[in-house]
Amino acid sequence: MSARPRVVIVDDHHLFRAGVRAELGGDVDVVGDAAGVQQAVAIIRREAPDVVLLDVHMPDGGGVEVIRQLAADHTPVRFLALSVSDAAEDVIAVIRAGARGYVTKSISGTELADAVRRVADGDAVFSPRLAGFVLDAFADEHSTIGRKPAEQEELDQLTPREREVLRHIARGYMYKEIALSLGISVKTVEAHVSAVLRKLQLSSRHELSRWAVQRRLVSLDGP
Amino acid sequence: MPALQLAQQSATPAAFLRRRPERGLLGGVCAGVAELMGVDVLVVRFVMAGLVFAAGVGVAIYALAWALIPVSPNSEGAAREHGAWRDAVVIVLVVGAVLFGLRRFGLWLGDGIIWPLVLGGCGLALVWRPTIAIGAGSSSGRSRSPQEILRRLGAVDLPRLMIGALLVAFAAASLLHAFGVLHSLGKAIGAVAIVATMLGLLIAPWFVRVGRSLASERAARIREQERAELAAHLHDSVLQTLALIQKRAGDPREVAGLARRQERELRHWLHARPAANGQDSLAQALERTAAEVEELHRIPIEVVTVGDRQLNGPLEAMVHATREAMTNAAKFAGCERVDLFAEIDPQRVEIFVRDRGVGFDTDSVPLDRRGVRDSIIARMERYQGRAVVRSTLGEGTEVELVMAQASG
Repeated sequence: MSARPRVVIVDDHHLFRAGVRAELGGDVDVVGDAAGVQQAVAIIRREAPDVVLLDVHMPDGGGVEVIRQLAADHTPVRFLALSVSDAAEDVIAVIRAGARGYVTKSISGTELADAVRRVADGDAVFSPRLAGFVLDAFADEHSTIGRKPAEQEELDQLTPREREVLRHIARGYMYKEIALSLGISVKTVEAHVSAVLRKLQLSSRHELSRWAVQRRLVSLDGP
Repeated sequence: MPALQLAQQSATPAAFLRRRPERGLLGGVCAGVAELMGVDVLVVRFVMAGLVFAAGVGVAIYALAWALIPVSPNSEGAAREHGAWRDAVVIVLVVGAVLFGLRRFGLWLGDGIIWPLVLGGCGLALVWRPTIAIGAGSSSGRSRSPQEILRRLGAVDLPRLMIGALLVAFAAASLLHAFGVLHSLGKAIGAVAIVATMLGLLIAPWFVRVGRSLASERAARIREQERAELAAHLHDSVLQTLALIQKRAGDPREVAGLARRQERELRHWLHARPAANGQDSLAQALERTAAEVEELHRIPIEVVTVGDRQLNGPLEAMVHATREAMTNAAKFAGCERVDLFAEIDPQRVEIFVRDRGVGFDTDSVPLDRRGVRDSIIARMERYQGRAVVRSTLGEGTEVELVMAQASG
């Protein structure tokens, strides 16, 4: 996607919305903002933006609720979660709900614009912290139980290459640098990250489910 | 003179028969009669006691008098008690009428069972009424101190409680007698059960109410304490920092540093993870060290840790080496941010400190970078660890620290 991505900002803090709007103004088209779940759903349906910048913590349900309500629409909108929290359960819950990435609110304007572009292009955006959480969640390779079918098991583990990519992200490397360090192309790095994102969303690993349930955002009987 | 005053005082209300509960032992009936007749209350009491021994007639008279004679308007709480007693009288009359009707038409279990039940019911009513009134009062009102609750409990009509208890005990005894349990050892268990049940019924509501009042009292106090603690904390930390920020509004670097320090402090306070026996784990030590360096050099350090384990000598050395690496990055790299990543496995610990600063030529380390040799590489090697410094001019530096060590 070469055109400037169209963005909707969802956050219950007016000051923060204004700040992000000002920071992003030059690089993306901010087509709307919303302060609550219902308002956000309405605006996103109307504007059909490329990327939604989504606050994790809002009254009446937060970012996860917005994603859930829009999931039925099959609109090709992508979500990038934005939060002051860096608690694992918040991050994992919103990723599992369907966000394509997670950045903290202290991120600089250029980094945020870059993240928005990457999400608009269909890539995943992993902050070092998110990479750390994922490594933690997939850490113990023996914790998966043998009775699961093969496909499930594949979802529950990271390949050594994916692990290596995540470790580089956690170390603060950019995709280009990771590609250089591992001797692979940037496209391959992106593919690995997308694969990790998919596993993150589909895996039934105990750690992931536990984190999501702790936030009481995901019911116990289904992902 | 005192005698005259007394006479005047008692003359006015004595036109009608009124109870004086505040002067009497039970319901103030005798006191009221004494007032009306102008004799000493002891005389009336003596007569009444004599009537009690005359086949219990006195009891009936007294009970009727208590129920029917209104409280003197000069007594405390007259208005409140008036309505309550009228209700009680109506209820007694209705129940009595119904019972007599039933008895007449033969729908009757037998005198031996019904009368004790009725008596027991009256006793329970007497005991419960004041008790329940206390509970209702404290649930509708604002929170009360425990002392006040205790005081109110003490203020409950003790005679009323005792009469109620006596009635219930009498009813229980009659029931036992009616079933022949009193004379039959085999049914002693039944007797105990009935007595225990009666006692339980007598006391239970009281305890429940008292317990509930005290619990809500305690909860309110704890909430208040927590709020005060929170306010104190916010005052000491956040408000102070905000004041500082306003003063230094012209220095963006200083302001950013202040804000970041406050943020970290507040986060720590919110998700306080108290270190067991005062000792940090490796991840906690790294986070604390990073915070110290950050504060010293005003460069944000992003800390990501995976896994954790207990600190020991070699790992402490590793923390020191990490600190040195972070300090170097903060001092010399001229970058906006430093990344610290630690992967802590059961078998080995790897730590990466990365900056996107100016970088340097690793072969020609300037004299002021001797710290790298001494405090990072040598320190790691002393504990069979390893340190690698990778740096490219213009692109930044990464220090990799590895220590292979089984946990324990």
